Amino acid sequence: MRVRNIVAAILVALVLISCGGAQKADVIKVGWFGALTGDQAVWGNNEFNTVKMLFEEINAAGGVTVAGKVYTLEAVGYDNKGDAQEAVNVVRRLTSQDKVIAILGPNASGNAIPIAPILESAKVPDIATVATNPKVTVLDGKVKPYNFRVCFIDPYQGAVAAGYAYEVLGSRKAAVLYDVSDDYSQGLRQFFVENFKKLGGEIVADESFKSGDVDFRPQLSKIKSQNPDIIFMPYFFKEVALSANQARELGMTQVMMGGDGWPSEQLISMGGAAVEGCYFVNHLDYDDPDVADYKARYLKKYGIETELNGYLVHDAVLMLVDALKRADKPDGESVAKALESTNIKGITGKIAISPETHNPEGKDAAIIKIIGGKYKFQQKYAAK
Amino acid sequence: MSSYLEGIIMLSGINLIAVLGLSLLTGFAGLFSFGHAGFMAIGAYSAAICTTIFKLPFFVGIAAAAAAAAGASWLIGRATLRLKGDYFCIATLGFGEAIRLILDNFQGLGGARGWPGIPPHTTLVNILILDVIGVVLLANLVRSRHGRNMIAVREEELAAQVAGINTFKYKMLALVVSAAYAGVAGALLGHYMTFIQPKMFSMVKSTELTIIVIFGGLGSISGSVLGAVVLTFLPELLRAVDKWRLVVYGLAVIGIMIGRPRGLMGGFELTPKSVRAHFARLREAKAARADQAAEEKGGL
Repeated sequence: MRVRNIVAAILVALVLISCGGAQKADVIKVGWFGALTGDQAVWGNNEFNTVKMLFEEINAAGGVTVAGKVYTLEAVGYDNKGDAQEAVNVVRRLTSQDKVIAILGPNASGNAIPIAPILESAKVPDIATVATNPKVTVLDGKVKPYNFRVCFIDPYQGAVAAGYAYEVLGSRKAAVLYDVSDDYSQGLRQFFVENFKKLGGEIVADESFKSGDVDFRPQLSKIKSQNPDIIFMPYFFKEVALSANQARELGMTQVMMGGDGWPSEQLISMGGAAVEGCYFVNHLDYDDPDVADYKARYLKKYGIETELNGYLVHDAVLMLVDALKRADKPDGESVAKALESTNIKGITGKIAISPETHNPEGKDAAIIKIIGGKYKFQQKYAAK
Repeated sequence: MSSYLEGIIMLSGINLIAVLGLSLLTGFAGLFSFGHAGFMAIGAYSAAICTTIFKLPFFVGIAAAAAAAAGASWLIGRATLRLKGDYFCIATLGFGEAIRLILDNFQGLGGARGWPGIPPHTTLVNILILDVIGVVLLANLVRSRHGRNMIAVREEELAAQVAGINTFKYKMLALVVSAAYAGVAGALLGHYMTFIQPKMFSMVKSTELTIIVIFGGLGSISGSVLGAVVLTFLPELLRAVDKWRLVVYGLAVIGIMIGRPRGLMGGFELTPKSVRAHFARLREAKAARADQAAEEKGGL
């Protein structure tokens, strides 16, 4: 009986803790969610840390003025393991229990898509960070009223990669290796192939693997036999490093190219010489003077380098603060309305939200080349 | 009711349907499956095809989901049910992963990027109605001759065969019914999320269902109900402990399995009759204690 009583007491306590928290008058609650556990935890922690740091800085500087009244910002963050079902749970929690007025994140498109109906019924806007699937904000030609994003989208990224490979690097024969079980990888592959063909190039090999695979030699051998000028690898850094190493072992010397799944400290440490001289499309130039300040502040506070997601969530916070300042009232509906006319300069570039798509239009992509184990900015490149 | 609480209740109800089916297969017919997420996926996609592409009403979608999952399970059953013990388990694992990879590759239904824009037909009411229907159907099935035959197959397959039970037929029946339940659960999940993606039906989901069945107690329908509700709520309740959530979740499951190796309700069924019997036993025990106390007093 005693054990049962203890278990019951713990359960009651948990229920009380998880239901607690009344809204203070001069505090604006902002939600964040993403993966704090699981294989995307690096990015989730990086995003949430950045949000907390920026909110502290904003509050220390006196808070945000909305419709003539000063408020401080409070971040409420939850882990969803990168899981779509949990994404729905946490957004329901953020909107109905924590009563946040806006949500930042997630980074995964597959988590940003199913939350749309809940945002709509709760009238709370969401700004996704690195969710590049076009369907995050627009479905069947109609814009979702409460979904926004701060990054460019896959069709654009694919067009940039194809354009740069064809026009600047002069590649005519491209091979593609992609992760068939990953939504991001499938999307980027599709748009690269479409655009590369449109430009007049030829796709000589189109090979796939599935998440968790560690041996890419069979696919790489097939690609090798077709002798392409360039290999497009639209997937994440871990597999990039593994497949690049194996390609070099097989004696393949081609230039490899990827998307925004590449940049990570780990790509260099795992890939080493194999990824030397390779290119990828990125959201920003790491050496841009605009980002240096944020990079240094993050390093000082947390003792580790920020990842790519940090820069984007940084700009999502800028977007939100700007919208709050212009909003009539500190509530979700007014903020969503203000977000539609966002036109600010973030550290990742100009962010002008289009009311038709809720995407930042005309955001340049940065082409990065790996030289001597460092990410070297080549040029800003806009797809035609 | 807050939409958060409503959401978790709905998810528990959806999980419950899948768990009920698996409970029949694992708890009553004694076959372990690690591929039930595959049947859920078939159900989710079939229902979505009906309601989104053909604009049919939701109940048609649910029926189609049950039929499609049952059909697929029949094919799989034909091929694998003659395998004994662990081999069947491995075959279902392979099946579940195969379904997911086929859906990943099939661009017509969105591929790995998923299928957004499914109408939000799933409501708390239709989930609860289906839950009740599911429990009643299953309770009647396991108490029928067919159910008893399944239990006989679970307990001692050879003896059951000698006694004249067509073991293959009863294993197949359990598999087909459980797949139909999983299909319905998949249909509800798809129309609850309004988005389906092959990733949602990975092996992790299959394992989760099996864990719930074992946690609730093998061979107990009320155990499966309790297990589905407890294990759907637990990760959300544990948000209070932040990053340690999944660790505590794992520890809680391990703790209960050590404390109650047969699961929460292993071998015990919560019915009006059993509740009355339990209270009667309590009263008897109380009376016996009172008698004993009186005797001891008398003895002094």
